[in-house]
Amino acid sequence: MRTALIDSLMEVAAEDERVFLLTADLGWGVVERFAERYPDRFLNVGVAEANMAGVATGLAMTGYVPFIYSIASFASMRCYEQIRNGPVLHGLPVRVVGVGGGYAYGHAGPTHFALEDLVIARAQPAMTVLVPADPPQVRTLVRATMGLPGPAYIRVGKGGNPSLPSLHGRFAFGRPEVVREGRDALILACGSVVHEALIAADRLEKEGRSSTAVAVLAHLTFAPTAALIDLLARYACVVTLEEGYTAGGLGSLAAEAIAQGGLRCRLRTCGVTRAFGPVSGSEAYMRAAAGLDAASVARTTEALVAGRA
Amino acid sequence: MARALRRWIIEQSLASNVGHIGSALGIVEIMTALWAGVMKDPGTGEPGRDRFVLGKGHAALALYGALRFRGLLDADAFHTYCGDGSALGVHPEHALPGVDVSTGSLGQALSIGCGLALGLRKKGVGARIYALLSDAELNEGQVWEAAMFAAHHRLSNLTVVVDLNGLQALGRTRDVVALPSPAAIWKAFGWDARDVDGHDVEALVGALAPPEVPDRPRALVARTVLGKGVPFMEDRLEWHYRNLTPELAREALRHLDPEP
Repeated sequence: MRTALIDSLMEVAAEDERVFLLTADLGWGVVERFAERYPDRFLNVGVAEANMAGVATGLAMTGYVPFIYSIASFASMRCYEQIRNGPVLHGLPVRVVGVGGGYAYGHAGPTHFALEDLVIARAQPAMTVLVPADPPQVRTLVRATMGLPGPAYIRVGKGGNPSLPSLHGRFAFGRPEVVREGRDALILACGSVVHEALIAADRLEKEGRSSTAVAVLAHLTFAPTAALIDLLARYACVVTLEEGYTAGGLGSLAAEAIAQGGLRCRLRTCGVTRAFGPVSGSEAYMRAAAGLDAASVARTTEALVAGRA
Repeated sequence: MARALRRWIIEQSLASNVGHIGSALGIVEIMTALWAGVMKDPGTGEPGRDRFVLGKGHAALALYGALRFRGLLDADAFHTYCGDGSALGVHPEHALPGVDVSTGSLGQALSIGCGLALGLRKKGVGARIYALLSDAELNEGQVWEAAMFAAHHRLSNLTVVVDLNGLQALGRTRDVVALPSPAAIWKAFGWDARDVDGHDVEALVGALAPPEVPDRPRALVARTVLGKGVPFMEDRLEWHYRNLTPELAREALRHLDPEP
């Protein structure tokens, strides 16, 4: 997904001279192409995320649209206050790119997990929080952000994230995208973990246990949108799936939508519920150990539909 | 301008019953040298204007005074300082015309100044950026991230003025976290740095004139006295926060020159 991100940036940079890429010394093997093509609009600021956020703020004040790039844990937390007092407070189009959200850097250990990035980004009403599900959606979404006057946080996967054929790269602000139809339940997911939701739904269908729909919500809004409430209203059972802490994230947003819409659907949230979760390992291992893999999601969904959970 | 600013700071601090008086009084000459001296079209909407970033946002009353002196803020608006719904808070807000950068959280201003300096240079705009930092602000690591960045990118259109009054919220800077020879440290980071008397407008203007070293950012370490001009406030820690009473304000004004 990070390669798709750089591809997308190169596309928009060709058309829009405002695009500027800054990295805090991360993105080896990924950012070089941009640096070579657009040397005047690329900067490695060194290992200094706080300064990067401030420099991006100043650049945005002079008319640029800076994308600041780092591993999601650093991009979201190391410079959170600088982002809040810079692009958020001044209403500037800085794009904070967090690479490898959730457990994508699972082997690297807890310092590199990004489990609260979406939660803290969503705490800012003026921040557009985006979590594309696959590489084609990254492209559509990056292009869509060029029209945003204010700041955005974009969490992308690291690499090896499969494309979801049924999504076709669709994206619109605030709108969930249904990628699989079903009658009994809906799995609402965001980010690269949507892949697990689709496997879970296919498995439940094949084994004749439930007919499960899957929808992607790539824009975590501050308040639930009408489009989200309308979608949830169609299902008696909803399971959310996110690679991060559930409090304040997608699961919370679904709960707010259900409460605000006065809906009767029952909700279960799949996400990380204890500090850091498993210690370290591959993303696949970490997802399974934290209950975010297809098998866990299928179990949760089946139990909810059967009225056992 | 310096005389007007001092009176306005005392009068308005009393009227609004707000502190940070000593911090504002201490930078009056620096503000005068910048806003009535070297800065080009400061506080205007001109694209080529020089930009000012007040790192020590808690001294914003001196900035509002400069805007008033330059005719960019009328006296009525100035008098709303710290009133409900006013754009003139203790720390400056970019919602107020004339303020380019909202500040108040120490350590973040210089990075924004770096971005402004770099962006304007890339766009061929000949404007200069002036960032006024407090000496306690140098405790913040981000200042040094920005100092390295500015030197590496040869941001010669960027000038830092350090308000070296030697006091911070809870004590003397030398007792909290000592930073001996700040000018030497800025030099070591690759800046063109020098010491200057922070209450000598002529000396400040001379030192702030466009740098002779073409490829380096400039740092001026301005030696100042907190509460300058009011003897009972000078170099007294409590005047970082304390508010005035009408009696103290009258006494303070007695020590100041009449408004020109």
